[in-house]
Amino acid sequence: MSAPAGSPHPAASSRIPPKLGGAAASGAAAPAGPGPGPHQQNGPAQNQMQVPSGYGLHPQSYIAPSGHYSQGPGKMTSLPLDSQCDDYYSGLYRVPTQNVVTPNTASQQPGAQQMYGSVPPAPHVVGSTLGSFQGAGSSASHLHTSASQPYSSFVNRYNSPAMYSANSSVAAQGFPSTCGHYALSTVSNAAYPSVSYPSLPAGDPYGQQMFTSQNAPTVRPVRDNSFSGPSTAISHPSPLPPPPSQQYHQQQSLSGYSTFAWSASGLPSTQDNLIQNHTSLATANNPTNPVADTLSCSVMQNVQPPKSSPVVSAVLSGASSTRTPPAAGRPVEPLASVARPSELLQQKGMQYGEYVNNQASSAPTPLSSTSDDEEEEEEDEEAGVDSSSTTSSASPMPNSYDALEGGSYPDMLSSSASSPAPDPAPEPDPAPAPAPAAPQPSKMAKPFGYGYPTLQPGYQNATAPLNSGVPPSSPMYSGFQQYAQQYPGMNQLSSSLGGLNLQSSSQPESLRPVNLTQERNILPMTPVWAPVPNLNLDLKKLNCSPDSFRCTLTNIPQTQALLNKAKLPLGLLLHPFRDLTQLPVITSNTIVRCRSCRTYINPFVSFIDQRRWKCNLCYRVNDVPEEFMYNPLTRSYGEPHKRPEVQNPTVEFIASSDYMLRPPQPAVYLFVLDVSHNAVEAGYLTILCQSLLENLDKLPGDSRTRIGFMTFDSTVHFYNLQEGLSQPQMLIVSDIDDVFLPTPDSLLVNLYESKELIKDLLNALPNMFTNTRETHSALGPALQAAFKLMSPTGGRVSVFQTQLPSLGAGLLQSREDPNQRSSTKVVQHLGPATDFYKKLALDCSGQQTAVDLFLLSSQYSDLASLACMSKYSAGCIYYYPSFHYTHNPSQAEKLQKDLKRYLTRKIGFEAVMRIRCTKGLSMHTFHGNFFVRSTDLLSLANINPDAGFAVQLSIEESLTDTSLVCFQTALLYTSSKGERRIRVHTLCLPVVSSLADVYAGADVQASICLLANMAVDRSISSSLSDARDALVNAVVDSLSAYGSTVSNLQHSGLIAPSSLKLFPLYILALLKQKAFRTGTSTRLDDRVYAMCQIKCQPLVHLMKMIHPNLYRVDRLTDEGAIHVNDRVVPQPPLQKLSAEKLTRDGAFLMDCGSVFYIWIGKSCDNNFIEDVLGYPNFASIPQKMTHLPELDTLSSERARSFITWLRDNRPLNPILHVVKDESPAKTEFFQHLIEDRTEAAFSYYEFLLHVQQQICK
Amino acid sequence: MEAVVFVFSLLDCCALIFLSVYFIITLSDLECDYINARSCCSKLNKWVIPELVGHTIVTVLMLISLHWFIFLLNLPVATWNIYRFIMVPSGNMGVFDPTEIHNRGQLKSHMKEAMIKLGFHLLCFFMYLYSMILALIND
Repeated sequence: MSAPAGSPHPAASSRIPPKLGGAAASGAAAPAGPGPGPHQQNGPAQNQMQVPSGYGLHPQSYIAPSGHYSQGPGKMTSLPLDSQCDDYYSGLYRVPTQNVVTPNTASQQPGAQQMYGSVPPAPHVVGSTLGSFQGAGSSASHLHTSASQPYSSFVNRYNSPAMYSANSSVAAQGFPSTCGHYALSTVSNAAYPSVSYPSLPAGDPYGQQMFTSQNAPTVRPVRDNSFSGPSTAISHPSPLPPPPSQQYHQQQSLSGYSTFAWSASGLPSTQDNLIQNHTSLATANNPTNPVADTLSCSVMQNVQPPKSSPVVSAVLSGASSTRTPPAAGRPVEPLASVARPSELLQQKGMQYGEYVNNQASSAPTPLSSTSDDEEEEEEDEEAGVDSSSTTSSASPMPNSYDALEGGSYPDMLSSSASSPAPDPAPEPDPAPAPAPAAPQPSKMAKPFGYGYPTLQPGYQNATAPLNSGVPPSSPMYSGFQQYAQQYPGMNQLSSSLGGLNLQSSSQPESLRPVNLTQERNILPMTPVWAPVPNLNLDLKKLNCSPDSFRCTLTNIPQTQALLNKAKLPLGLLLHPFRDLTQLPVITSNTIVRCRSCRTYINPFVSFIDQRRWKCNLCYRVNDVPEEFMYNPLTRSYGEPHKRPEVQNPTVEFIASSDYMLRPPQPAVYLFVLDVSHNAVEAGYLTILCQSLLENLDKLPGDSRTRIGFMTFDSTVHFYNLQEGLSQPQMLIVSDIDDVFLPTPDSLLVNLYESKELIKDLLNALPNMFTNTRETHSALGPALQAAFKLMSPTGGRVSVFQTQLPSLGAGLLQSREDPNQRSSTKVVQHLGPATDFYKKLALDCSGQQTAVDLFLLSSQYSDLASLACMSKYSAGCIYYYPSFHYTHNPSQAEKLQKDLKRYLTRKIGFEAVMRIRCTKGLSMHTFHGNFFVRSTDLLSLANINPDAGFAVQLSIEESLTDTSLVCFQTALLYTSSKGERRIRVHTLCLPVVSSLADVYAGADVQASICLLANMAVDRSISSSLSDARDALVNAVVDSLSAYGSTVSNLQHSGLIAPSSLKLFPLYILALLKQKAFRTGTSTRLDDRVYAMCQIKCQPLVHLMKMIHPNLYRVDRLTDEGAIHVNDRVVPQPPLQKLSAEKLTRDGAFLMDCGSVFYIWIGKSCDNNFIEDVLGYPNFASIPQKMTHLPELDTLSSERARSFITWLRDNRPLNPILHVVKDESPAKTEFFQHLIEDRTEAAFSYYEFLLHVQQQICK
Repeated sequence: MEAVVFVFSLLDCCALIFLSVYFIITLSDLECDYINARSCCSKLNKWVIPELVGHTIVTVLMLISLHWFIFLLNLPVATWNIYRFIMVPSGNMGVFDPTEIHNRGQLKSHMKEAMIKLGFHLLCFFMYLYSMILALIND
């Protein structure tokens, strides 16, 4: 198995074989793993490390056990005696006690170890149950959860003392521990569908054991450790045999019963017993052994005061002493515990072992590679995912990575999996399709084959006059015809264009010069739509929806020089994972892609003939695979151009295993909750738990879905939700300097198996911390623990934080000076204060884990630093300033609604996105939440439907030889159902050679959004004032360039093409946006949050944020109304954002994206107030009103249906505020009236004059 | 004495040349996707301080030994090194930040910088060599 397992990463292994080998060896054997960079091995290494080969690594130590091993699994399958075991123990240990302390040495934390590689100070772990506490004995006996597992197998082997003594204890232990871990991992990974490991049943005993422990609710804080030590001893010749042997002796002696049981019937029961014995032993060690004591630093916390410890330990020590006669003897014990610290490093080896097993069990295909070693793995995965040419070319393997969502690839027939290399002899088609696409030889010469006329007639018409740039006699647009007639050059052009007649096309309209200073109502009455690229009709129909994919220039300039002249930004705005109502999903064995650039086949490729197609990005001619000839939709053969891939710009492929580096991960959700005093005061827990309870069934996922919870204040609390427990167990780790996982496998549990426990926990959580006095927040350690917990699978971590992290790694200081809030000069601290969160995010990203941050704070919490954890791990950020569940009900409601959306929306895991564009264009800067792993590959641990991205483009080579350029984004992700899917969007745009055309095709909204993204970067890397200057310069430069080159109007006014007439307005809006405004009091966190929003919101939502829509709602009519889902939605005209539009007798709705305001004028019609708001008159309207009542009147119905329509599909649920004129809240409303003058900023007209002045300079 | 100064400078310069070459190789590896941004940056950041120190030592040595011309030649580069190191924002992981290296053509500018430094160090190398030989002959 190991051989094929290694194969999926041929590239990696071929590239760095020695390294991998070394890593694998060290993983299995040497605790001192390679490098400071922790983490798991990369794929190949892991695969090689599967159990059998692992044994191979240490033949000498494994000889004896391996024999046992072969028997072990079979034996372990039966569990007849579990109940006995329970009885036995419950009877034996009926000492009431609350808490049990285990001696935890650092060796207990393989994870921590792995993470830091340094010897951690002995952490103290305290476990306590959530509820009642019972028998100390039982609790003691259950102390060891996972680690106990090894002993079961161990016992099997050691039933005969002779054998035991014969074996080197070292070897024996090493084996069982792996075995035990293996069993555990199978349990936890049972989710993986095709687990085919022989000893899978071994997991059952474990579950059983859990069950017993739950019968006597107890503390099982940390997984064992004293025993994990021994395993390391195996790998290391280091002299540590005494502890294990001694302990095992004890164990053996202790478990008279169990050995008996075992010999009588089945292993499992013994297993349990041993486990329990063992644990009791461990506890016993605690009191008796001073060394262990000091090491373990046991601390009792929680519900009960730490008094129980002595009791327990006394009892246990008594028990153990009575039972230990045959044991090697107490004296050895100190040795064992002393030895632990030294074993720390060795832990790693063991951890690897565990991991390997895990891997093995969860790897149905040889392609599996779970998580990655920071350094090597990423490369690996990248090789897989992104197939750099050298890496994969080195691989002789059939599963080559070029098949994956990969980058440019040299023409390597042999290695391309998806495109069948050898040309199949083209069969004569029985019925060659009449193909409208029938290739014309003459057209083959052109970059695009058939179907792409160089320019559309209409378009050319439009362009002709544009080139001329003739000034119309009047400043106002005087009609296209006029242009054409006036301009002499037109004749030449039209002659060259072959007498195309002048059609009325929309294009000239976008070039119509507009005198901004004279046009009072610049804002159109209807929403601004994206300009449609000027393509011919066929292509227009096939082009990607502007909602998903938009370019700032719908006419791409031919050269960079032309682009520079236009002074407009060139870039793409993407919303790739948008919720779509209709999406063709394609299942086929071969996903047809260009062999050279790996582009997916799309509507804009050209078919040269029946058997060949030409890539529209790199112009390579590819073969059409046989399968592609058959069209499943029409069930016809020989019409490749009618396949859905070629008919739809947005398609989704179900990817084959070639696109996986490991089996698709299950949906895994981890909630990390702040429960410090501050958080409890704010009361978000109630809302969160309520939302979770309501939406638990709606969480996207399949039967493998896993969920976990952690809370933190000055310590980190874990919740054991293992199926079978009677109630959730809380495990507290107070060692925040070196946080570790108390149990490795029962913290993330299957949602369906443990649903009752989860519900119990969610019901209990809000009240658990009501009396807490802990004000500190150890966010950093909690995140580190979350990372460890998630790293085997990846998934989503949702962090709820309410204050500045004040303890442990990643602690932050308050950096905001409230006096500087309204400063017009320098705004500092927009960047992170520490790289801790960034590093953590990159680690998470490498392990396919995204961190979503919910910041609910009333004070400054340094969002600039905290946001990094989401920014680089492809998470999302939610911010609720001054959140309080009673004092601020609107925020509470918002949180509730946002959570509903957040929990139930679609999610994609372990995603990567690659954006490709036609040769000659190149991408240089990306905006959004992700990590750019290589030049054009975005690593997205999670993708959600509300994430938007932006990319800046430059033109590297002249595009003169092509008339069209295409952009393709391919998003490869694992759906919540465990399917690997690829969503592909393709956008096609014309190339133009004249400046006028460039202006004609400018998409002002997209440009603004891209500029906003660039400005955010600028303000962080340079300064806010720089960014503001850059924004002003953008409009000054582009308008002056337009004025000087295209429109030769000698007019005093400020002239802009019609396509850009809103440019200054939007820029002004940006300058007054929270993110960039100066002079108005803005809290630093608010500002930073606005910047985060700009970076990751898709265009539609971002535009509302920048420039809100204002509607008059007191006179809604059905005129022009649209029908949505049987509802009549009125469409009132847009009003400009100026107080002059607000009449006192009206009511206005402002849609700011994340918030709605309804402003009620003082003398507003009482009918409206009564019919819509439900109050008799203006005076009786309350100050705080966030809902429209459901009244049975026509105007109420209209208003509500309008608002509902506006609310639909918003990622952030907008909260409605009814603002009375003269209420204090009206400043909130008025600050959005961006056309008006404020103390610190220009009015729109002043801004225009300013721009004009700048242009004239 | 003079000879010793130049011998040392020569050795130091050799080290700096190797370092520049290493920077260039690593950066071009990143450009070609042979390594990922994270490992590339951690590799490079390790060597930023040694480079800075190495170059500053030579510069100071030249000042002390009163070789004004060579000192002035080295000064801008040394200043740039220190400036670049000091100006790293607190949230970045070093001069080379994996989250930003692909943005705004940073990779290209890093590459350019490494190339220029390589040229500069080569120039210095021959200068030191010449000076050293001259010093030895004079001795």
